[in-house]
Amino acid sequence: MSTGIIEFLTIFVLAAFVGNEVIGRVPSILHTPLMSGSNAIHGIVLVGAILIMGSAHGTVEITLAFLAIVLATLNIVGGFVVTDRMLEMFKAKPAERAPKPGAGDGPPTDSSDGAR
Amino acid sequence: MTLDTGIDLVYLVAIIGFILALKGLSSPKHARNGNLLGAAAAALAVGFTFAYPSVRAHSLNLVLTLVAMALGAAVAVPAARRVKMTAMPQMVAIFNGVGGGAAALISIVVFLIEAPHKPAVYRIVEVLFGVLVGCVSFAGSGIAFAKLQELMTGRPITYPAQQVINAVVGVAIVGLAVGTVVTGSVPLLVATAVLSLVLGIIFVLPIGGADVPVLISLLNSFTGLAVAASGFTLNNNLLIVAGTLVGASGILLTRMMSKAMGRSLANVLFSAFGSVVTAAGGADGSGETRPVKAGTPEDVGVLLAYARKVVIIPGYGLAVAQAQHTARELADLLMERGVEVFYAIHPVAGRMPGHMNVLLAEANVPYDELKEMDEANPEMATADVALVIGANDTVNPAAKNTPGSPIYGMPIINADDAENIVFLKRSMRPGFAGIDNELLFDPKTTLLFGDAKDTLTKLVAAVKDA
Repeated sequence: MSTGIIEFLTIFVLAAFVGNEVIGRVPSILHTPLMSGSNAIHGIVLVGAILIMGSAHGTVEITLAFLAIVLATLNIVGGFVVTDRMLEMFKAKPAERAPKPGAGDGPPTDSSDGAR
Repeated sequence: MTLDTGIDLVYLVAIIGFILALKGLSSPKHARNGNLLGAAAAALAVGFTFAYPSVRAHSLNLVLTLVAMALGAAVAVPAARRVKMTAMPQMVAIFNGVGGGAAALISIVVFLIEAPHKPAVYRIVEVLFGVLVGCVSFAGSGIAFAKLQELMTGRPITYPAQQVINAVVGVAIVGLAVGTVVTGSVPLLVATAVLSLVLGIIFVLPIGGADVPVLISLLNSFTGLAVAASGFTLNNNLLIVAGTLVGASGILLTRMMSKAMGRSLANVLFSAFGSVVTAAGGADGSGETRPVKAGTPEDVGVLLAYARKVVIIPGYGLAVAQAQHTARELADLLMERGVEVFYAIHPVAGRMPGHMNVLLAEANVPYDELKEMDEANPEMATADVALVIGANDTVNPAAKNTPGSPIYGMPIINADDAENIVFLKRSMRPGFAGIDNELLFDPKTTLLFGDAKDTLTKLVAAVKDA
């Protein structure tokens, strides 16, 4: 077994401990955004997909690599966008609440969802 | 400094970015910046990957790379922007599944490239790990999506000899994997991949709808590990670290989630929860025929208007009816009349932990009106009205009182301590867990049947008139 693999295993083990430590105390409010955000982070598999496309030869390899890039891009782009949408709603609500936009009269205001 | 060293340094910067992103995401204050930092780190790493000469060596491959990325982004951005907040869990499931699929494909291509030269055993093991875990995550996430999107039943699916079939598939995968290691044969690897997809499907089928979020979190962690495996096959530190970070933190998050439901992870995954429950519900069969007290919005409007303290307990029913805005309207109206109002949020209300907070934040409900379960429960005894909107299992006293119940031991919001309990319910159908709720038959309880949003609109009118 090459020495390279040992280095990589070391990095793997250390990263596992960091992963465990770094999210120590998460309030349950943030469980969903955290899951979604870490989902986006593993979208970095896109880098691997791009690299493998560089070494791919022949129709089969290239087709599979192409598919891998599409899927990885979905993961990374969709992941970060969806997480941002979730977190957008958490920002500084009490301050901007004073004018109470559209809450007074008229039909219930539900038209704002889905449009964003 | 060589080019490779330069790129590796950029990757190191990206790794730091990811660690800080995860740290930021765990605190309410820095969550959004954390996510943006993660996105910036990812963009940086992906951008610099194009500096590798191998990536640009063949112009056809380079063009295809850019086309594939454009295609992925063109689908992902609108999908992520348009998805309704209620459909968020299944969206995360899909984005997670495709990541696992990508990791599996990368491992397969690496194997195709190296197979003619009979790769070393540890190389084949790395590939197999990536293929196995990636395929399970891909197929499992697909089924999880279908369950949450209600393309298929959310009930656990069980069939005769389920355990035997699972065992056979498991043993077959091990056999094929060993065969692949020994022979380095491509067809055997493909067969392993196909059976891993089957494993992903049969692993998820018996898990009930209520437990799917925990499952998604677990699959998210799996995908992280598959990505780390791809990193091993490509000798790429960035993928190893990013994948492992997600793998490790994902396991921790999964355990936090199952803890919030008062159950062990093993119980969530292997108990075929709901099917047992259905049998139990059918056996005692007492539920359907007992009398309940159904009220009118006018009665309840008066009750609310002259209460001193009202606790709103929202559940998934509020979310599907898109009633969060109307609920806030009612709460604001009551507060203008001097009623003390707060929302009591169960950790697993909605379909994912924290899901309800996201939905209420969308309706501009301020933070300070949201109380977590532990904070809310001591106040329940002094509440005049507990207004339960589309929640069921999270207020079911069976979790405290009925040791045989499948949800026994799950922490609940003590709606039963309030002086009056009002349920806004679509029907007498039991909740996700499929068990009767004694609280519905409590003499203190009034039921308002109908769509949560319609009923709330009527309540708003009734409170205005009161």
